[in-house]
Amino acid sequence: MAILVVAAHDGKTVRANVANAVAAAGQMGSDVTVLVAGSNCDEAAKSAAAIQGVAKVLQADDAAYANWLAEDIAPLVVKLAPNYSHVVMAADSVGKNIAPRVAALLDVAQVSEATQVVSPDTFVRPIYAGNAMATVQTADKVKVVTIRPTNFKAAAAGGSAAIEKIGGEGAKGLSSYVGAELSKSERPELTSAKIVVSGGRGLQSGENFKMLETLADKLGAGLGASRAAVDAGYVPNDYQVGQTGKVVAPDLYIAIGISGAIQHLAGMKDSKTIVAINKDEEAPIFQVADYGLVGDLFQIVPELTAAVEKK
Amino acid sequence: MKVLVAVKRVIDYNVKIRVKADNTGVETANVKMSMNPFDEIAVEEAIRMKEKGAATEVIAFSAGPAQCQETIRTALAMGADRGILVQADGELQPLAVAKLLKAVVDKEQPGLVIVGKQAIDDDSNQTGQMLAALLGWSQGTFANKLNVADGSVEVKREVDGGLENIKIKMPAVITTDLRLNEPRYASLPNIMKAKKKPIETLAPDALGVDVAPRLKTLKVEEPPKRKAGIKVKTVAELVDKLKNEAGVI
Ligand SMILES: Cc1cc2nc3c(=O)[nH]c(=O)nc-3n(C[C@H](O)[C@H](O)[C@H](O)COP(=O)(O)OP(=O)(O)OC[C@H]3O[C@@H](n4cnc5c(N)ncnc54)[C@H](O)[C@@H]3O)c2cc1C
Ligand SMILES: Cc1cc2nc3c(=O)[nH]c(=O)nc-3n(C[C@H](O)[C@H](O)[C@H](O)COP(=O)(O)OP(=O)(O)OC[C@H]3O[C@@H](n4cnc5c(N)ncnc54)[C@H](O)[C@@H]3O)c2cc1C
Repeated sequence: MAILVVAAHDGKTVRANVANAVAAAGQMGSDVTVLVAGSNCDEAAKSAAAIQGVAKVLQADDAAYANWLAEDIAPLVVKLAPNYSHVVMAADSVGKNIAPRVAALLDVAQVSEATQVVSPDTFVRPIYAGNAMATVQTADKVKVVTIRPTNFKAAAAGGSAAIEKIGGEGAKGLSSYVGAELSKSERPELTSAKIVVSGGRGLQSGENFKMLETLADKLGAGLGASRAAVDAGYVPNDYQVGQTGKVVAPDLYIAIGISGAIQHLAGMKDSKTIVAINKDEEAPIFQVADYGLVGDLFQIVPELTAAVEKK
Repeated sequence: MKVLVAVKRVIDYNVKIRVKADNTGVETANVKMSMNPFDEIAVEEAIRMKEKGAATEVIAFSAGPAQCQETIRTALAMGADRGILVQADGELQPLAVAKLLKAVVDKEQPGLVIVGKQAIDDDSNQTGQMLAALLGWSQGTFANKLNVADGSVEVKREVDGGLENIKIKMPAVITTDLRLNEPRYASLPNIMKAKKKPIETLAPDALGVDVAPRLKTLKVEEPPKRKAGIKVKTVAELVDKLKNEAGVI
């Protein structure tokens, strides 16, 4: 049976992690359909059709879908679901919000943040902040799965799937969108950046974080943070890397003034190369770092910024 | 308005997890258990609503073994009024917990249910959304700020790109994120007072809920271990390694 990937998008293009979800879906079965629900989402549907491995795109255009309210999107997915063996979403803030609502309406379990597809009904997923990996099997008719994007190599571009327009289900009137306060940044998005520069409580202030911005911009890097730095108000919430924030796995992760609590490690320990800069040589972050530099970040960061070439 | 909060008993976040040698799960014997940190935030938010006069009663719910009483007592010591324990000794998955919560909601008719966005043991991030679905209610997930007014709740949500504001009709389900509030510690007098607050114990059967697990856990293993690398002495050495050894800059 076919697999339904539910895509998040901004109206123009589907999120980068949809290509990871398509790749994961390809391991569950061969016939992958992508649902693009939105308001005036022609362009987004086209971008989904251009992902390799996508057999068909369903485009549901309805004003009710403009802002991805779970109460309105879930019934559409539930209506389509019986035609599919799996409903797959990336485990980002959209997937985490919608997929469980879909699963409960279908009276099925959900597999959260699968990191590996063992077989179409068996998945590996991290529990306890990634300190244990559980292999779980589901017998449900429709399998609702969110996947951790960093664990599946994105499907390439170059597809040319057919786009089929389907109707919407309208608004349920339970909730309404008021607005967003999005962090503006020209930097690469944290979860897909090749290099991530991340700061912790050691930075001491939001003002000092500018130092990391300069370094990040020189490296073409995304910017992340520990929970402590977010809680202290140095940076916005969407910078948080970790068990309860974002999971990243860049080629290079530079942890600066971060101690390396398990909750933080859960979000970055799959990075290819890890650098830690910390004045405490006993800091747990050094246990996972490929290259550790013990010292005062206020000296080291400007020096490092001067030493790397601009990308 | 009554507010129902869910409090889950989990291994304390400071405990180093050990996977059992037979790969059936993680070691839970003789480890410190605590209230799921996101649920402390849920309890705090409900108590503040009561203090502001927006709520009349705060009910703490937990599902699991008899020891969940302790978790409920913690909520009562923080300021919740009474507790409901659904006692079940086997594994409880999010769909089952959501069904138990629904049965209690049907009985108690709260205006709001506040649960954690995720439990730090199983990391599912499902229960609140599932409960909202089963009730046909609206959901305000990953809440950073709440404002209850005139039969609806304005919810500021923590999302991938920053913050998002939505307005949802009540009754509603809220799931808490880290920045919603800073939970209080229970004072000694309140811990004493909590001992006298009532806890009702129910069985899943009595609520008509089948809690049999849907997901079968085949095995639980250690994640691959990352080896510690080397310490470099200077920035120049670091840059050289990153360029010529790791090839990442
Ligand atoms: C339910 C729950 C969920 C959580 N989720 C997350 C999560 O998703 N992500 C997350 O990151 N955390 C999370 N945490 C928090 C986590 O437990 C730690 O508290 C947090 O990661 C610590 O942040 P930090 O390393 O920046 O701060 P600290 O632990 O205070 O470390 C600061 C480090 O900076 C170093 N330092 C200070 N000054 C300097 C200097 N001048 N030069 C060099 N080094 C310096 C210090 O040596 C220290 O190692 C969670 C906690 C709980 C309970
Ligand atoms: C191998 C394995 C074996 C397990 N064995 C057992 C077992 O023997 N017994 C057992 O109890 N669990 C067991 N569990 C854990 C159980 O599967 C999880 O508790 C369940 O999946 C719920 O996931 P979650 O709490 O992460 O849900 P989430 O959706 O992340 O929880 C979100 C919120 O829902 C609420 N909530 C969830 N569960 C409860 C609850 N029980 N009471 C009150 N509020 C709640 C809380 O507010 C919580 O913050 C086991 C898990 C694994 C992987």
